[in-house]
Amino acid sequence: MTPAISARDLRKVYPGDPPVVALDGVSIDIRDNEFFTLLGPSGCGKTTLLRMIAGFEHPTAGTLSMHGENLLDSPPHKRPVNTVFQSYALFPHLTVSQNISFGLEMLGKPADEIKATVDEMLALVKMEAMADRQTSQISGGQQQRVALARALAPRPRVLLLDEPLSALDFKLRKEMQLELKRLQTETGITFIFVTHDQEEALTMSDRIAVMNAGSVRQIGQPRDIYDHPAERFVADFIGDTNFLAGEIISTENGHAEVRLTSGKTVPAPAPEETQSGRKITLAVRPEHAGISAGNDGLLSGDLREVVYFGTDTHFHVALDDGTAFVVRRQNRPDVASDLQAGTRVSVDFPPLTGQVLRD
Amino acid sequence: MSDLSSSAAKHASRTRWLLLTPALVILVFAASGPLLITLVYSFLTAGAYGGVEWQFSWDAWFNVVFERDIFEDTLGFSDAHLSIFWRSVKLSLLTTLFCIFFGFPTAYFIATRPKKQRDLWMLLIIIPFWTNLLIRTFAVVELIRNEGTVNTVLMALGIIDEPIQMLFTEFAILVGMVYVYLPLMVLPLYASMERLDFSLVEAGYDLYATRLKVLRRVILPLVKPGVIAGSILVFVPSLGAYVTPRVMGGGNQLMIGNLIELQFGQGRNWPLGAALSITLLAIVMIALMVYVRTAGENEVRHG
Ligand SMILES: Nc1ncnc2c1ncn2[C@@H]1O[C@H](COP(=O)(O)OP(=O)(O)OP(=O)(O)O)[C@@H](O)[C@H]1O
Ligand SMILES: [Mg+2]
Repeated sequence: MTPAISARDLRKVYPGDPPVVALDGVSIDIRDNEFFTLLGPSGCGKTTLLRMIAGFEHPTAGTLSMHGENLLDSPPHKRPVNTVFQSYALFPHLTVSQNISFGLEMLGKPADEIKATVDEMLALVKMEAMADRQTSQISGGQQQRVALARALAPRPRVLLLDEPLSALDFKLRKEMQLELKRLQTETGITFIFVTHDQEEALTMSDRIAVMNAGSVRQIGQPRDIYDHPAERFVADFIGDTNFLAGEIISTENGHAEVRLTSGKTVPAPAPEETQSGRKITLAVRPEHAGISAGNDGLLSGDLREVVYFGTDTHFHVALDDGTAFVVRRQNRPDVASDLQAGTRVSVDFPPLTGQVLRD
Repeated sequence: MSDLSSSAAKHASRTRWLLLTPALVILVFAASGPLLITLVYSFLTAGAYGGVEWQFSWDAWFNVVFERDIFEDTLGFSDAHLSIFWRSVKLSLLTTLFCIFFGFPTAYFIATRPKKQRDLWMLLIIIPFWTNLLIRTFAVVELIRNEGTVNTVLMALGIIDEPIQMLFTEFAILVGMVYVYLPLMVLPLYASMERLDFSLVEAGYDLYATRLKVLRRVILPLVKPGVIAGSILVFVPSLGAYVTPRVMGGGNQLMIGNLIELQFGQGRNWPLGAALSITLLAIVMIALMVYVRTAGENEVRHG
């Protein structure tokens, strides 16, 4: 099946002194009907990529196609793509329903069809009661819904959303996350969603592309990316991670036997190209590790600090090789916390929970 | 107790009036005063050598639009005056339209430059404005007179054999006024365009609007306050323009301003001049009221 959007080696250099390389060879295939998220820190080029798909920026090099057809030669108003802008960009001189009908009018749809679609969209985002309000007379969350309805009304093949939730408060944000997911499923439109909030990306996406400094570091399903980060940046950016030094002893179909600095060995998933004898970094999530008093675990060290967080407790350990390691344990009222700062502890994690990183 | 507070209140009110005095003096003497004098003069009789005689008369107002044929003693519309009114209104409207036509792209261009460059561009617009009006007008004369730049170039290129008579025509007045008043259009237009959120323009393109549609459906409605302000700033002084029609029209293409001057000068008919001034004021007020009302109605209709 041809991808909805296919980008090959996209480069974007903004002229200047020095020139800014906003995209440094980005290749992505986005499938039809997919909720696809671009995730990355500020300035990594997410907006630039999105604007390129919308047609507001032209790449310095590379190709971009939609359903197999070259996109780069068509101006923004000819692309079957709509954008939900970060600032919403609602037309202040038009009412809510006039905003929603704008795209349909520009496409020259007949009046009765426009009216029907607008009503349908108003219902979809639950804004029927405010159809005739000025856009300045509705709340931020409501503006967000209108922006969404306006972009969905012309039935684009791809909907671009540039951090649409970042201006909302926490509770509304949670609500809208579910709402967006619902809308995507109901309409079957491909969503390309930009965020720098990893939790948002993990909860909503079918697939995520993690970007850094103008390039895509990893593409995969949320679970894939969380459990099997490909490299240090991804592991660090998504969730909390402990990094352990290690050495590969042997490899066997995607798994490697890793010797830790303590001398003990543990099996962990590893990238294909990993070779025996290599020094590598092993990533271990804090919640996958366990801690107990004693000296006989996989790793041992001194417990430096115990921090209580309500749902869980964080144990900060200084391992014998000097590395800092955090263990997170879920709290239960019936289990008393026995460990005190200053005690010797051993840290364990089950086989195959760590991940060998590509460096 | 109540005595005390009432005297304090009196004191406060006296201070208030005292503080208001400078503004009131200016209003009375500089604004209402001259206007009142003009109004009174328009109902007096013309003195033989200029000035007025303190004798009530409707003559001036009568002569604004009517004319008595001295030989046949018949009454008719004063064609001369009416055609001057008509020319003034027509040229002022055209000036306003052309100023919008040239000023809009100019303001848009400046507003879309990088922030650092904008001030420089605005300076280039404003510099001519600091130059004496007469000099600017004569600069245009130099361009379009028979031996001027335009005719010389056209003849040198062999496009025309004889110079085109442009100076001393309505066309010349129009060119002069558009040139002179253009900054008054660009300034408010630029001010409203600079505030324009260009993501709205992108939103327009994104929603399948062509360039023209974006201009008509997004940009124009949003910068309308600037268009209105600019139009008023251009139309009002155009209607009363004196120097430009005098120089460019060469004395045979009069506008209201010139006609008024004529009455106070050679014509020695101050009451008529006063009545014409009040008429000009009335035309401006009516035009503004009509314009603002229609512009405001559009606003309501659009949303
Ligand atoms: N018009 C421009 N001219 C010059 N540099 C630009 C321009 N637009 C973006 N950049 C630069 O390109 C890089 C990528 O910018 P972009 O807006 O795509 O980042 P982003 O990932 O969307 O960041 P954020 O999360 O902060 O929105 C940044 O370094 C930015 O400074
Ligand atoms: Mg951005």
